[in-house]
Amino acid sequence: MKYVIAIIRPERLDSVTRELQKVEVSRLTVSPVSGYGAQKGYLEVYRAVELEINLLEKIKLEIAVNDDFLAPTIAAIQKGAKTNEKGEIGDGKIFILLLEDVIRISTGEVGSEAI
Amino acid sequence: MAIVFADTAWVLISSALVLFMLPGLALFYGGMVRRKNVLSSMMYSFVVMGIVAVLWVVIGYSLAFSEGNWFVGGLDHIFLVGIDYTSTTGTIPTYAFVAFQGMFAIITPALISGAVVGRIKFKSYIAFITIWSLIVYAPVCHWVWGGGFLTGEALDFAGGTVVHITSGVSALAILVFLGKRKGYGVDIIKPHNVTLTLIGTGLLWFGWFGFNAGSALAANEIAALAFMTTFVAPAAAGLSWMAAEWWGTGRPTALGFATGILAGLVAITPAAGFVTPMAAIAIGVVAGVVCYNAVILKGKLGYDDSLDVFGVHGVGGTTGALLTGVFATVGAAGLLSGNSHQLFLQLEGSAITMVYAVVCTLAIGFVLDKTLGLKVSVSEENIGLDQTQHGEKGYNF
Repeated sequence: MKYVIAIIRPERLDSVTRELQKVEVSRLTVSPVSGYGAQKGYLEVYRAVELEINLLEKIKLEIAVNDDFLAPTIAAIQKGAKTNEKGEIGDGKIFILLLEDVIRISTGEVGSEAI
Repeated sequence: MAIVFADTAWVLISSALVLFMLPGLALFYGGMVRRKNVLSSMMYSFVVMGIVAVLWVVIGYSLAFSEGNWFVGGLDHIFLVGIDYTSTTGTIPTYAFVAFQGMFAIITPALISGAVVGRIKFKSYIAFITIWSLIVYAPVCHWVWGGGFLTGEALDFAGGTVVHITSGVSALAILVFLGKRKGYGVDIIKPHNVTLTLIGTGLLWFGWFGFNAGSALAANEIAALAFMTTFVAPAAAGLSWMAAEWWGTGRPTALGFATGILAGLVAITPAAGFVTPMAAIAIGVVAGVVCYNAVILKGKLGYDDSLDVFGVHGVGGTTGALLTGVFATVGAAGLLSGNSHQLFLQLEGSAITMVYAVVCTLAIGFVLDKTLGLKVSVSEENIGLDQTQHGEKGYNF
């Protein structure tokens, strides 16, 4: 089992969830986050005072998958999250972690059954 | 004519009430857009208070209300030349009249902004509003109220034709060049804060008492009648919209009720001082159901009038204009009083205004699209107009 964490652009969320549904990945957690990477920040101006904003708004996806679902999940995120065919700086990243165990609270099922 | 102080006081207060509709409209629209466009959408209403206030005094008032021909007023009063604090219009000082009418000139173009939120360049919006005010608003205002060819023909108590039909159909016309928001019909695009919209609705209704009852231009029995009709028509329209929606979708929504109230306010505007309160309820009931169906039809036709300016103001304004020709009994005679000719005059006034506003808006839109460009880039649209046009965010928490 793997735990997939993806950081994407906010406006790509709908297209990523659409791609995930196509490959039947239907369990996912979403949270608004902010951070910085290679994409540059921007200026905000309040009463003529310029502020350089480095923290950009992003969306974090977290998905627990069984191993045979890993490749389609990653492909779906990548497809949905790219701004255009070749991709742009700021389109985000995908992190994959080993997942030790899963327990479904309602039934007590464990492991890949519980995903 | 001598100044009547009571009339003067009422028109001055009404003028302030109409200006108060602008922050109301800003909240009404601001709540319905996505978080990233909230300031930009509210700014569309606010900046008009700056542009048109100045424009009105410089030239707009003269084009609308000084003596001219059948089509447009003259230039006798540009920069308010020839008017001072002793001038009178009817029973009020001319300055009070200029101010009151100026507020109408301000709210009208701001209404259009609801169709274009989230994608029009700010500088192009400013250019559009400026040109539109001079080419569309001032002449139509002159036709209906300023001595032009519709004056004394089509009944328009407080601006069903001048304000709501012009803005409603222009909103539709400008979409020819602006198109849809990115992701419209595909991604989930929903209001970010309906509570703002409800507060905005309340402020609009409050201000609308000045808009309609103030249009009597006197503190008299007609003002009281217009106040009453402005009180009950939106109430009935909110209920009929809610009933239609409840029946249609199984849910009575807050946003629907608020939109119904607005549809009622729009529809009663041309009729306010010409119909009885009971007729106002009938107008409200019809407007709520008709506008609800117009908004549903939009979804099926697939154009992106984002906040339903055409569905509410265009359709509601036309409904109100026609029903004025049916229900008018006070100081005018409509169909129910046996005067079918009035209904024809209403239809004529509405149709001419629609054609004129659409043609002019298409022309302005075409020129601006070729010069300044109307639409922001896709990446600016993605990031949001607050950040890309204004360098701010509405919410920093």
